[in-house]
Amino acid sequence: MNNKVIIIGAGPAGLSAAITLAEKNIAVLVIDEYLYAGGRLLGQLYEEKPGTWWNGIVESERLLERAKSLEVEFLLQTSVSDLEKVDQTWLIHTTKGIFRTRHLLLATGAAESPFPIPGWTLPGVMSVGAAQVMTNVHRVKPGKRGVIIGVNVLSSAIAMELQLAGVQVAAITLPHANLLTKGNSNPLEVMNSLLHVAHMAPSPLVKIGSKLMKNDFMKKLGINFYPKNGVKMWDIPIMLRKAVVEIVGKDEVEGVILATINTDGSIVKGSEKRIKADFVCIAGGLYPLAELASLAGCPFHYIEQLGGFIPLHNEQMETNLEGLYVAGNITGIEGAKVALAQGKVAALTISQRLNAGASQHDIKLAIQDVEKTRATAHIQFHPDILAGRQQMKQIWAESVVPLATH
Amino acid sequence: MTERIMSHPVLGNLILKEKVTFTFDEQVFEGYEGESLAAALLAQGIRTLRLHEETGQPRGIYCNIGHCFECRVNVNGLEGERACLTPISDGMVVKSGQTLPTSVRDWRKNLEQ
Repeated sequence: MNNKVIIIGAGPAGLSAAITLAEKNIAVLVIDEYLYAGGRLLGQLYEEKPGTWWNGIVESERLLERAKSLEVEFLLQTSVSDLEKVDQTWLIHTTKGIFRTRHLLLATGAAESPFPIPGWTLPGVMSVGAAQVMTNVHRVKPGKRGVIIGVNVLSSAIAMELQLAGVQVAAITLPHANLLTKGNSNPLEVMNSLLHVAHMAPSPLVKIGSKLMKNDFMKKLGINFYPKNGVKMWDIPIMLRKAVVEIVGKDEVEGVILATINTDGSIVKGSEKRIKADFVCIAGGLYPLAELASLAGCPFHYIEQLGGFIPLHNEQMETNLEGLYVAGNITGIEGAKVALAQGKVAALTISQRLNAGASQHDIKLAIQDVEKTRATAHIQFHPDILAGRQQMKQIWAESVVPLATH
Repeated sequence: MTERIMSHPVLGNLILKEKVTFTFDEQVFEGYEGESLAAALLAQGIRTLRLHEETGQPRGIYCNIGHCFECRVNVNGLEGERACLTPISDGMVVKSGQTLPTSVRDWRKNLEQ
């Protein structure tokens, strides 16, 4: 059992790592909590260029088939609750027993931050990712007419996917400012981040607009003159000057209270209006799902550009704990293609440790491929992702933490 | 009432698996083998999966991928199962969570009256 590499997470990073390892004749076990392999790749659906779609379900199936043909073992519907290291071996506590390995890859991906807004516990309120999975994976409409709270890359992409499936999106709007919404309720900050999705918009108006808004003065001007009823992207009004102050309904969502906000995010008194909706999506952005790295004892660093607290790791995807590796969104929020490329790096590093025929040159090429993929990414979750990656590299280089021996 | 997306401009037509029946709070529902309990119920307009243990307020799915535990129900006698991660099977017995007794608070309330 000890000689098998274990990967936690069957998303793009985990699958690509499993395939790379199996291609080097290394036995692999992949553990995942979900019903199917693919992770968050499953729900993804967007047009890369006219007529060419990135279909997450097809991509996941392709990866799964390849992994299975290489005899990668899968243990789905299995939750991991704890990690511990005894001597040189990682013990992985799961709902299906304890598994052991010398080399463990954490590819646990990301989770969504919520905005607590009055009424957010009502049935019919869900994370925007939940609506995506319901729609694209389970093929069940989350509702007839929804409001998305939170304007960001993920919510814009999913709004388009909902529309594509025949689900009406009444508006994408901001949450009302409170202690927990931070920059997400400030029109200027949101506008700033939104400029990075503008290239995805089919509307030339939005595209041209984004070019005009490169400097701060223009952005402020843009917010001041931003139409109160929003600009339409994929025919969905994006309202940077409106905020949801409350989600209403008796036993289920029946609508939201929208108010006009000033450029600083404060509410224009008396502007509250009720609009109808039978579901509401909360889009607070993604953060790395890293509890297992924390349980293992990894040191963490907060890097905003990467989406939150990140376990210390190097470019080869090693943590500072011997035999523990990370890949995918646990290392920072980026698209599935970057995760795929990172999974390969992690796998090559592990095979080098196992003397299974991966040279330093192979690893270097794989790292270059990550960088190339990042540079040409269709969706960028943070405009300064490179600075974030650089910061982690710096921290690793300066880190005097020796390989922990637990 | 929500509905299933039978045809999709990019994903194509929905291929349904074998039909199964299960019960949710003694009411019989249909679904398709292996699909998630949360999806099967939502497809039939069921959004409320439990009542909050203390306040009795209704709760449904939130994250749909196992992180938040908002959709916890009783499946075949097992408490705290996540509806979003539970594949349905024929004859499955599902019960929603109900309000639990809060004896200390009730005692205090009665005392105040």
